[in-house]
Amino acid sequence: MRREWQINWSRVLGMAVMVAIAVAIIVPMLPLAIWSLSFRWYFPDVIPASLSMRAWKYVFSEASKAPQAVIQGGQISLVATLFSLVIGIPAGRALGLHKFRGKRLVQFLILAPTIIPPLSVAMGIHVAFIRYGLAAKTLGVMLVHLIPTTPYVVMVMASVFTNYDPEYEEQARTLGAGLLRTFIHITLPAIFPGIMVGGMFAFIISWGQYILTLLIGGGRVITLPLLLFSFAASGDNAVTAALCVLFVAPAIIILIFTSKYLTGESAALGGFGA
Amino acid sequence: MIADWRERLRIPLMLMPAMVVILLLFLGGLIMGLMQSFEYMPVIGKNDFTVQAYVNIFTNRTFLRSLTLTCWIGFASTILSTILAIVCALVLRQGLPGKRFVTFVFQLNVPIPHIVGAISVMLLFTQSGLLARIAYLLGLISEPADFPALVYDRYAIGIILEYLWKTTPFTGVILLAVLQSIGEDYEDLARTLGANAWQRFRYVVLPLIMPGVLRSSVLVFAFTFGAFEVPYLLGQTFPTALPVLSYLFYHDVDLNARPEAMAMSMIIAGLITILILIYMKLTETYMRAD
Repeated sequence: MRREWQINWSRVLGMAVMVAIAVAIIVPMLPLAIWSLSFRWYFPDVIPASLSMRAWKYVFSEASKAPQAVIQGGQISLVATLFSLVIGIPAGRALGLHKFRGKRLVQFLILAPTIIPPLSVAMGIHVAFIRYGLAAKTLGVMLVHLIPTTPYVVMVMASVFTNYDPEYEEQARTLGAGLLRTFIHITLPAIFPGIMVGGMFAFIISWGQYILTLLIGGGRVITLPLLLFSFAASGDNAVTAALCVLFVAPAIIILIFTSKYLTGESAALGGFGA
Repeated sequence: MIADWRERLRIPLMLMPAMVVILLLFLGGLIMGLMQSFEYMPVIGKNDFTVQAYVNIFTNRTFLRSLTLTCWIGFASTILSTILAIVCALVLRQGLPGKRFVTFVFQLNVPIPHIVGAISVMLLFTQSGLLARIAYLLGLISEPADFPALVYDRYAIGIILEYLWKTTPFTGVILLAVLQSIGEDYEDLARTLGANAWQRFRYVVLPLIMPGVLRSSVLVFAFTFGAFEVPYLLGQTFPTALPVLSYLFYHDVDLNARPEAMAMSMIIAGLITILILIYMKLTETYMRAD
């Protein structure tokens, strides 16, 4: 009878650890939102003396350059995403469906850019970009963003194609469908969730690039992360916090949107770390 | 015959666009960086090969101190975040109430850029940050200077805190997936054979999750060793992390510093490549042992 009244200590400890995890992850994110609404929030006030929309008004004004940075960064990320999808889908198919000589080498080469720091690559290639007139141009930044985005699209698409049955394509072909019709009606619907996930990964990775944009864009191509750095250095915490919220918004929206497609634990999710 | 040729060319053609990006931009960038680190640039008439840049940096105390600091950041972040991630994954696996929510929070953290994490650390941990204010409210400190320097500090605590915040969920999500695919049969068997909780962890669970632990540790180390943004925002000015030092040399007004900047970035890339090769050798022996 006494056992019923005993406390299950391992359960209590487990719950405590879970609460600690949730707190440790969520709490650092909260001050950003409050800080962006604060007005003259100085030491030692734990809560801001007054709230204001000053930072947000400034962020949405031309003077902050944030609207232009959002548009320019968005364009770069969209183009980099589209190109990496066009490049990555066939490569993912080759790796997911086929066995061929040198496959391990190809896999290694495709994974390498996700591990080797982008700084090393960007510094080396900068000279060539200057020589071919790509440096300090949007096009050059789009191109260099393909280095981190393409591997993720290939990885996601390869895992999608491993579970894909090409038999259906042949059936459609024997029934008289052309290559394009087979792709639109058979292949595309089957791989669409993969395209969504891979595309959104690519977008977030490109959207968050700092060092590649800074080195190749040479300060002429301004995106949100670049703006964020200069405001963080200026010490205006309210504006910095507002820019942070603006900067993470797409990632959070995309995560909520893709969680529908991310059934179970996807290995590709690991990609965001780098 | 024609069909056969087309069949043979299919795979190379499918791989070609991706390979062009990797070989031309990625590998090309690395090779050009290597050439510039040896001051070998035939395009501008420099046909001589020299290791002067490497000699210069290895006799430079600033470089050596940066290298030490970067190794400290990399190892401390990787070891701590791996231990924390193992604990998190083991607890989350138990299926306690609220597991779904905490797992969601874990995943929520993953797409947040490191820059934002670094700014959060700045707002929380500086001497006039939120934690210092709470300490003041509790009467623990009487002015900002009393609060310990956790950001822009000698031991890179702010940098390591940011890396822990970002990489623990990353490793945790991977290890949770590994644990769930293993199931609990082996542990139940060990339990019936009389193994206690520690023995079940040490001799059953840990060896089973080891490949996943190694894999994620290599990724975390490579990232924390080579990343630029976080030490640039949260690091002290001297000594800086190696990627930051390399970038500062690259933008030095003295153009002679450029080969040295390249040499540093090649050392970063080279050390990470060696680490990956060791890891691949390790996993090979693991597979053979199975």
